[in-house]
Amino acid sequence: MDFNDNPKEAEFRSQVREFLDQNAQKRSEVSLTGSSAGAPETVSGEDAAKEALKKAKEWQKKKAEAGLAAILWPKEFGGYGGTPIEQVIYQQEEHNYFVHSGYFEIGIGMLGPTMMVWGKDEDKKRYLPKMLNGEEIWCQLFSEPSAGSDLAGIRMKAEKDGSDWILNGQKVWTSGAHFADFGMIVARSDPSAVKHKGLTYFFLDMKTPGIEVRPIKQISGSANFNEVFFNNVRVPDTQRLGEEGDGWKVSLTTLMNERLAVGDPPGLDFDQIFDLTKEVEVEDGPAIKNSEVRQKIADWYVQSRGLQYTKYRSITALSKGQTPGPELSISKLVTASKMQDVSSYALDLMDMNGYVLDDKNPVMNNLFQNGLFFSTALRIAGGTDEVLRNIIAERVLGLPQDERMDKKVAFKDLPSGKN
Amino acid sequence: MNFDFSDDQKLLRDQARKFLTDKCDRTVVRSVLEDSQKNHSDDLWKEISTMGWTGTAIPEEYGGLGLGMLELCVIAEELGRSLAPTPFSSSIYLFAEFVKLFGTEDQKKTYLPKIASGEMIGTFALSEGNGTPKPHNINSTFTDCKLNGQKLPVNDGQVSDFIVVAANTDSNKNNNSLSLVIVKSNQDGVKSESLETIDPSRPSSKIVLSNADAELLGNSGEGWEMIQKIFDRAAVLFAFEQVGGAQVALDEAKKYSLERYAFGKQIGAFQALKHKMADMYVKIELAKSNAYYGAWALSSDSNELPVAAAGARVSAIDAYHYASKENIQIHGGVGFTWEYDCHLFYRRAKQLALNIGSVRQWKENLISNLEKRNIV
Repeated sequence: MDFNDNPKEAEFRSQVREFLDQNAQKRSEVSLTGSSAGAPETVSGEDAAKEALKKAKEWQKKKAEAGLAAILWPKEFGGYGGTPIEQVIYQQEEHNYFVHSGYFEIGIGMLGPTMMVWGKDEDKKRYLPKMLNGEEIWCQLFSEPSAGSDLAGIRMKAEKDGSDWILNGQKVWTSGAHFADFGMIVARSDPSAVKHKGLTYFFLDMKTPGIEVRPIKQISGSANFNEVFFNNVRVPDTQRLGEEGDGWKVSLTTLMNERLAVGDPPGLDFDQIFDLTKEVEVEDGPAIKNSEVRQKIADWYVQSRGLQYTKYRSITALSKGQTPGPELSISKLVTASKMQDVSSYALDLMDMNGYVLDDKNPVMNNLFQNGLFFSTALRIAGGTDEVLRNIIAERVLGLPQDERMDKKVAFKDLPSGKN
Repeated sequence: MNFDFSDDQKLLRDQARKFLTDKCDRTVVRSVLEDSQKNHSDDLWKEISTMGWTGTAIPEEYGGLGLGMLELCVIAEELGRSLAPTPFSSSIYLFAEFVKLFGTEDQKKTYLPKIASGEMIGTFALSEGNGTPKPHNINSTFTDCKLNGQKLPVNDGQVSDFIVVAANTDSNKNNNSLSLVIVKSNQDGVKSESLETIDPSRPSSKIVLSNADAELLGNSGEGWEMIQKIFDRAAVLFAFEQVGGAQVALDEAKKYSLERYAFGKQIGAFQALKHKMADMYVKIELAKSNAYYGAWALSSDSNELPVAAAGARVSAIDAYHYASKENIQIHGGVGFTWEYDCHLFYRRAKQLALNIGSVRQWKENLISNLEKRNIV
């Protein structure tokens, strides 16, 4: 057991540090009270969002030029060709700097790898470099109004028309569709087949006629997700990934990579509330001197570090050639609730001022006020708490699957509550 | 980075698991639990000692195997899984570590070889009753080479040949007046009486010291510091025991939920139970990962040890408590019977959650060490 870098890792770390030092500002040197943005989830206001996107693209370009934009991608597509451990090292180091990120993870982490497995060479050449350097942003069009937790229950119609497909239907919860240039989509090409068999997977230009993106205003007031309507949207068959009817199989490539792609969630964790406790006063002085406060935040420390070390265990397994299992599902399950609890408790510590959410009078950049709302989305997006518990129970612990009636019946004959 | 045990250490784990499955089934645990005259399983202790486990982390020059703390972590996890009713932790994680780190050459030569061979058993006595032990509330004294006072509870006090005792060497009690001494239990000035506890498979005693002969361990007045160091080390080892026990509690809950039918199906097919077991799994994984980090800090003598140890202990206490209580819940009515084994884990979980300080104390340790680290 060795927690230290081996010589190769140490060399990579110093290379990363040098790059970051030259190109970014240390987090500790940035005032949290100013108006500044990190991940898109923490940005509120339209102008701020545009500014953040612009800065994120600039930052991504710099990373790409330095060969550090996608540590795990092979070199031929502009990646670093690195190991999962090098990916972690990069994330650890970047975490110490204040940079704009959060726009490219879906593309680089999930959709790029899907294209690498299922795409044609000319497509890889055309799309992957620009996905990598941030020039083109990609979104993932999976969820639908009637297909959330039950993802394979999608109803988006894909009908063959000569050498094209015509798409009709609606997607929802699409992160970043409002600024994405391209998307990957899974649609139902054969409703008479059973649920998982009748799907086909495509990629498409988000400017294709017939696509309408409507941002969904969340309880936070910001809009990170969208509804995307498809009205006779024409997609050439050359943009199909995988065989007709194999859409679920292709989707699994995307979803498997999701577990690896999900990096450390936006900064709202033990470290932030630890900082806050040093700043705010409670009834008997600084919050950090109050024993109830100390007891409470200790729990979040062990959750937070426990997750971090679990990730290191998984990466170690990965580096020994084992595949990371569904045990990584615990990460979001713990993180989301922790964020909600931390946010709520932080507001309590601020006392009456805790309910102020005002850009002109922010407390720690309104991090906790925004977290109070964003955490509700995090507990649902990408697998609800309940779906994740089912995944752990069934795939990790081997407990019986829920009884399902959708495995043998043709999709069109399944009850939907609407017919 | 290589955040895992080595192949050799995994081999040791497999051997230890196999050995304990064979030599320490539940009848062995119950033989101590159900017999108030029995302080530990002597047969098992002899077997364990013969295997050399007691000498795992004791240097070869003092009769040990000279392996590292990681190997001891591996064994701790297996002892925790099997609920082994032996004084291993008192003798090895505490007494041996005290002597190894702070003893004089003579003391090491006197105690370590016999501790390593298992023929001598040692323990540590700090608490003197209710409340959190601190230098200012330790009333035992060591003056003119005589030890006086009363200690309770002292884990494995009845079977210990020697005890490291925390006592004040100065009537003006403060952080610099607490010292450690080694006292032989077989002498007129030492009276030991059994205490009944929530986990009779790990017996404890009350020790009364009246002008007992004792010798100083380490520097006079540095007792508190030494205790913190040893407790940090022991916290990691205990965390492995706790993780091991919690894992078996989950395994048994799962097994039962697959055997037991209600409403026409296995109860393990109900989401209410599936989700409960998923939560057990999550807490155990977090605890295991925190324990691994503690193991790394322990084995590499890292400055991180105080934080890593506290993190490991807080997380392990939470996981074992949750797993052991929900194991009972999943078993339903039979879960709280004497006949079923669920209570063995429930008892042990709480015993281990208190033996070197409660979770309150360790959360406080964690945050104060994080504050110190921040200042540095």
